[in-house]
Amino acid sequence: MLGRLSCLSSALALATGVATPASAYMVYVSNEKDNTVTVVDSETMEVVQTIEVGQRPRGITISHDGKLIYLCASDDDTIEIIDTATNQIVGSLPSGPDPELFVLSPDGGTLYVANEDDNLVTVIDLDSKSVVAEIPVGVEPEGMGISPDGKAMVNTSETTNMAHFIDTATNEITHNVLVDSRPRFAEFKPDNSEVWVSAEIGGTVSVIDNESREIKQKISFEIPGLRSEAIQPVGVRITADGKKAYVALGPANRVAVVNTETYEVEKYVLVGQRVWQLAFTPDQKTIISTNGVSNDITFIDVATDEPVQSVTVGALPWGVVVSPQ
Amino acid sequence: MPLLFLPLIMTAFAAIGHSEALAQQPVQEPLQVRLGYLRAYEPQLTLSVLDLAPRDEGVAGANVAIADNNTTGSFLGQAYGLDVVEVKLDDDITAATEELIAKGVDYILMDVSAEQLLSITDLISNRDALVFNIGATDDRLREEACHSRIFHTAPTRTMLADGLVQYLIWKQWRRWVLIHGSHDRDKLFADALRRAAERFGGEILLEKEFTDTGTARRTDSGVVQIQRQMPVFTQDFPEHDVVLVADESEVFGTYVPYRTWTPRPVAGTAGLIPSAWHPASEQWGGTQIQNRFAKANGRRMLWKDMAAWTAVRVVGEAVTRTQSAETQKTAEYLRSPDFSIAAFKGQKLTFRTWNGQLRQPIFLGDGRSVVSTSPQEGFLHQVSELDTLGVDQPETQCVLD
Repeated sequence: MLGRLSCLSSALALATGVATPASAYMVYVSNEKDNTVTVVDSETMEVVQTIEVGQRPRGITISHDGKLIYLCASDDDTIEIIDTATNQIVGSLPSGPDPELFVLSPDGGTLYVANEDDNLVTVIDLDSKSVVAEIPVGVEPEGMGISPDGKAMVNTSETTNMAHFIDTATNEITHNVLVDSRPRFAEFKPDNSEVWVSAEIGGTVSVIDNESREIKQKISFEIPGLRSEAIQPVGVRITADGKKAYVALGPANRVAVVNTETYEVEKYVLVGQRVWQLAFTPDQKTIISTNGVSNDITFIDVATDEPVQSVTVGALPWGVVVSPQ
Repeated sequence: MPLLFLPLIMTAFAAIGHSEALAQQPVQEPLQVRLGYLRAYEPQLTLSVLDLAPRDEGVAGANVAIADNNTTGSFLGQAYGLDVVEVKLDDDITAATEELIAKGVDYILMDVSAEQLLSITDLISNRDALVFNIGATDDRLREEACHSRIFHTAPTRTMLADGLVQYLIWKQWRRWVLIHGSHDRDKLFADALRRAAERFGGEILLEKEFTDTGTARRTDSGVVQIQRQMPVFTQDFPEHDVVLVADESEVFGTYVPYRTWTPRPVAGTAGLIPSAWHPASEQWGGTQIQNRFAKANGRRMLWKDMAAWTAVRVVGEAVTRTQSAETQKTAEYLRSPDFSIAAFKGQKLTFRTWNGQLRQPIFLGDGRSVVSTSPQEGFLHQVSELDTLGVDQPETQCVLD
């Protein structure tokens, strides 16, 4: 055992030694159960700090300049702002009750928040830290995606089972697209052409055409030896070149790698237990999964789609975001 | 003259413009879906005042789901309504059912006895109504007396007993004694526990009936006597791991925990209780429905509220997916592989096609919190692990017409 361990560590040391000195990114993980955010260095893959935050931290995102983290402290009914220079909480935003997930506009000026308890999407202007609009949506709004051109925002409602398209110019719903049971996440393709919406209980990902706003493809997942009920798609991320999509499959403990041209699943990457959210490093070399029940995150090599290492974080890791370049 | 003429022309133009707009985007009347809720109700005494059923038990859950369906319906052009009718516990429900159907209600949630439910099967067949049983746990309604127009969101006694017993087996607490009440429903639950013991490898070493002698449920100094009586009643038990209790009638069950001769955990209708929902469940997004329910009703959500919520959501889901409110289409859809419903239980729920029973996990809880949820790890099944709970297809006696 000792021999194996030392072997492993020397191999790791070697790997670190020969790696090109790409700038290290900071990985921020919200831990739903123990009210903390774990900060992990993406290069050493070690925990560098644990930040005490509000109650039940879930959705997490970062400003485009990397200076501020926005964090949904769901049970405190607020969004906390963390200064990444000091890792201190420096302020809060008026989120509305029970904020769970949100999305930052491409220009960095607006935050769109899903308020699960009130069937609302709250639009917050970050400069003035004020609510500029509340948009009534379906029951239990959760997933939030915004098109890279900033024109369309998609919210998913978990009990209504819809993807609501919202025109960001008017803050009004323009289209409602019925998807499968309990839609959790919406992710646009980098070229604005499609939105991918995961359905946790339905077990599928619906690919919605952003022109026609109709479902053009439904992706389902099959893993030998696993009953279909255990396959519960949640987080979705698409590579910057638009070629591959990663789908976190919840209690299936795997991340599916999907070819965005053929919509075929090319691989299932075994990570940790109950995998929910995903984030790329800005260089797109790594994607990181949060594995809630095993209390860890997994670094996956995007080139090979092999898991590289898992790192223990806090209790029930939920969301993850990586500092920009 | 010209002054009079002008407005007329304008009106004509406006009318043309309007009809064009109509052609482009048809403004339709919302699809009206009326649901009925028929319940046999009279206040019931319980051993503990904490267990008294709230006046709107079940109905409150249906109302929350109607509001949920209407939120969804506002995007789809659907409007849901609920008519609630109450009868007495042993009343004939034929007239009340007929009245609901005459009002244009096609979908009826029923919280009535098995006998009452069986009395209206011909009526609902003839009138194309669809019934959701949200209250009766009798297995026979899904077995020898099953019916194609009745779906069940309430669990069966065998599902409840299997859910409980799987956990006891997982804990390796395999030796039990069983105390059951003297009423029919107590005996039926005792039957379900015996069946579960046989299925999963538990052993019932001794059984004892606690006969209802018609005493008052609660008296001022009753506890003093109970403290002396229950140890004596349980004194002759052989060495065992768990005391199983079957007392749906609320005659003695609540008095068993902490009062037995030997210190043993209690499970069944008292102690660790299997149920289709738990008022403290917050797993799998449960916080959201619990908050929504508490906000609307000022109390916690009970299992019957969840069974009713689920039934109304099932109708909403069927209407949305089939784009029709016809009961025949709904019934077909609910039995098709396309149907599933999310109900805060960690996985999709579907109907057993052979008898209309909703597959669902069973919560095991004490008065405070959820202890576990069954099916337990390791109880495998070739179709769905949820089918390890209750009577499975190979054993069913149900023959649907």
